[in-house]
Amino acid sequence: MIRTAFLKTVLVTASALALASCGGGSPVDSDNIILHRGNTAEPLSLDPHKASGTWENHIIGDMFIGLFTEDANGAPVPGMAESWDVSEDGLTWTFHLREASWSDGVPVTANDFVFAWRRIAAPETGAQYVSLLYPIAGMEAATRGEGPIDAIGVRAIDDRTLEVSLENPAPYLPGLLTHYTSFPLPQHVVEQYGDEWVRPANIQVNGAYRLEDWRTNNFVHLVRNTGFFDNDNVCIDDVYYYPTVDNSAAGRRVRNGELHINNNFPGQQLDFLNREIPDYVRIAPYMGTIYFSMNTTLDIFSDPNVRNALGMSIDRHFIADEILRAGFQPAYSLVPPGVANYPGGVEAAWSDTPIEERRAEARALLEAAGFGPDNPLRFEYTYRATGDNPRIAPVVQNDWSAIADWVQPELIVNDTQIHYDNLRANDFQIADGGWIADYNDAYNFLFLGEYRSVPMNYSRYNNPAYDEMVTAANRELDPVVRGDMMAQAEQMLVDDMPIIPIVYYVSKNLVNPDVVGWEDNIVDIHRTRYMCLSSAMEGAAE
Amino acid sequence: MFGFVIRRIGVAIPTILVIITVAFFMMRAAPGGPFDLERPMPEETRQTILANYGLDQPLWRQYVNYMGDLMQGDLGPSLKLRDKRVSEIIAEGFPVSATIGIFSMALAIALGSLLGSIAALRQNTSGDFSIMTFAMVGISIPPFVMGPILALVFGLYLGWVPTGGLDPRYGMTPDRLILPIITLALPQIAIIARLMRASMIEVIRSNYIRTARAKGLSATAVIFKHALRSAILPLVSYLGPASAAVLSGSLVIERVFQLPGIGKHFVDAALQRDYTVVMGVVIIYASLIILLNLLADLLYGVLNPKVKYD
Repeated sequence: MIRTAFLKTVLVTASALALASCGGGSPVDSDNIILHRGNTAEPLSLDPHKASGTWENHIIGDMFIGLFTEDANGAPVPGMAESWDVSEDGLTWTFHLREASWSDGVPVTANDFVFAWRRIAAPETGAQYVSLLYPIAGMEAATRGEGPIDAIGVRAIDDRTLEVSLENPAPYLPGLLTHYTSFPLPQHVVEQYGDEWVRPANIQVNGAYRLEDWRTNNFVHLVRNTGFFDNDNVCIDDVYYYPTVDNSAAGRRVRNGELHINNNFPGQQLDFLNREIPDYVRIAPYMGTIYFSMNTTLDIFSDPNVRNALGMSIDRHFIADEILRAGFQPAYSLVPPGVANYPGGVEAAWSDTPIEERRAEARALLEAAGFGPDNPLRFEYTYRATGDNPRIAPVVQNDWSAIADWVQPELIVNDTQIHYDNLRANDFQIADGGWIADYNDAYNFLFLGEYRSVPMNYSRYNNPAYDEMVTAANRELDPVVRGDMMAQAEQMLVDDMPIIPIVYYVSKNLVNPDVVGWEDNIVDIHRTRYMCLSSAMEGAAE
Repeated sequence: MFGFVIRRIGVAIPTILVIITVAFFMMRAAPGGPFDLERPMPEETRQTILANYGLDQPLWRQYVNYMGDLMQGDLGPSLKLRDKRVSEIIAEGFPVSATIGIFSMALAIALGSLLGSIAALRQNTSGDFSIMTFAMVGISIPPFVMGPILALVFGLYLGWVPTGGLDPRYGMTPDRLILPIITLALPQIAIIARLMRASMIEVIRSNYIRTARAKGLSATAVIFKHALRSAILPLVSYLGPASAAVLSGSLVIERVFQLPGIGKHFVDAALQRDYTVVMGVVIIYASLIILLNLLADLLYGVLNPKVKYD
């Protein structure tokens, strides 16, 4: 009797649950081809001038097209630009725009570019990422409030002709112009709605997909923009982007067919995934490097020999193969292999020496620098509490301690925000960090060593010869000569070792084999417009 | 009783104000700010953004401004989710968290007290032992372990339900909510079952139950009319802490099952120093806990005639 009473309660609860959970939106057209993509985290903004993450790039790049865009392999191809001319000195690029319109039918004009670039330059926009556009003449001065906004190097000659002036020749300009900071904005919409222009009800786009809905921490829903200039070649009708902070949970959803793609998985699960779903696992080189910064303004780290000693004693193979797994490669330089316009071949002098010999050499170097049992080398290694960093820290502590018992590293862990606050304020000794390039060119790594890049040059490395070499390389018109000069500069950086390269990043995607048109590439950008579902294609053929 | 409620609300308002004030200054005392990013922005841009959000003002003035806006019901813009306002974020996330929380609590109370009563009435039998073993397991396994296990078994291997997320078209469908609700409810079912068992055993041994039996009342009448009413009292006083546990448990559940509730914001926003979102969520949580404790106290009085509200 008791049981029935309680059972009733349970049943009533259950049916209430069922009732409460009904309702909601209306179904979309069931014939639509829908792609579900797991995408790192919640986009902080979908305004191209306020976004700053790679995951925002995936969504924004589906909605907007700049002068250039990426092909399925991630290489820059003309987007809004139909053709272009470059002046002899390489400083003036004239773009002829294709005929295209915003999703409301208003034509995209050269003025939309001018408007957008002036908006991102204006300090009141608060664009965190504007420094990417500093190669454009006058851009840096304008963002610092030192020059007029309308003096930046972009001019609409007529509705379909755009002239861009640069600070220095930039052979990487096509790659840079695929980045969302350089996208045109619909002037008529932004002026009408202000900061709210990016809401689903207001936004107009020139790319393959239009923003339909955006639920915080739930999904971003994009639908086909039928006005897109290449709409005939687009297969997917709807794409949902889900924030997938928990990679393990996202992996389950991919395996269960709930997501077609997730753009990460935990490295420790590699063997498991290779066994369970081998044809989903996609690992490819990626243009990023994990490196430690040493504070060169401190006395103990002002000597390149000391810095080299600490750099050479880290067993990168162990970190890559045992800790990170998933194809990470040991790094002995800052620029990863495969980066465009770059010969490569730079590495630390000791990179081929076995680790035991390197430790002995490190000990000798430190002793020569005056350290020893009476003068121990004590320092703090600060790392972020996120991702694999807490697993790397004890390994490097162990590696450093193995040089001699008077090398005494101390581990300090911090929240990400505190970590970067300390780095900015020069309040650290050795700190972990990483860099993922925004466009595919060696300069996007090497600028990190320029003294004018402080505070992003966290180690405060100050080598005028390096700065001159990088500047001279950027003025060079011949891409091969430029690449060689860049490599020479990088060799200086690696020899001085203000930063300790640890490993080169890899991209780790889980992709359902039903998805076609996905190509692994070094920029790890995969626009939805190139993809399709083979099941849908078969369905259409029948 | 009416006076009691008024007095409690009179205490609750200053309590919430104190919580808001403490949270406000604790957040600001934490090192690092919302705009300390991996990629530092130009100093001019940084200053402009700080000024846009009033973060360049002295701390006391920021506090006065915040409280002023709050009194007008304005929680401000999110500092990190730059296209959204805090009120929108909470309006989107709260229904999800609330649905999961309410159904977990209901499930925990229903199933917990049922199991606890059965165990008490069948004391020291195999049924009692198996329920108590289950309770021990439920208390010991944390949700971040139980969640993935349930998702693996019922989602991936059996294929009965999806492993995570909400349905993009229909939102909160039962198949998407059942695992999170069970995961969140399990530890509470276990605790409530143990509480209920202990209290029921005590009650059925008391004199007035013996008297009731001696009078010749049926077993059902004894249990329902007399025993249950007293036995449930410790459970009612546990409801306040239980709801707090369910609220904090939802932080984990929402992450494991990739649900868009407000629990996730609580953690993420605190780590990213999104001051306004943290404050908004703190206000919601504090008000909820105070309200639920008040409800538990009132319910206690309804069930226990010895309690007087004066």
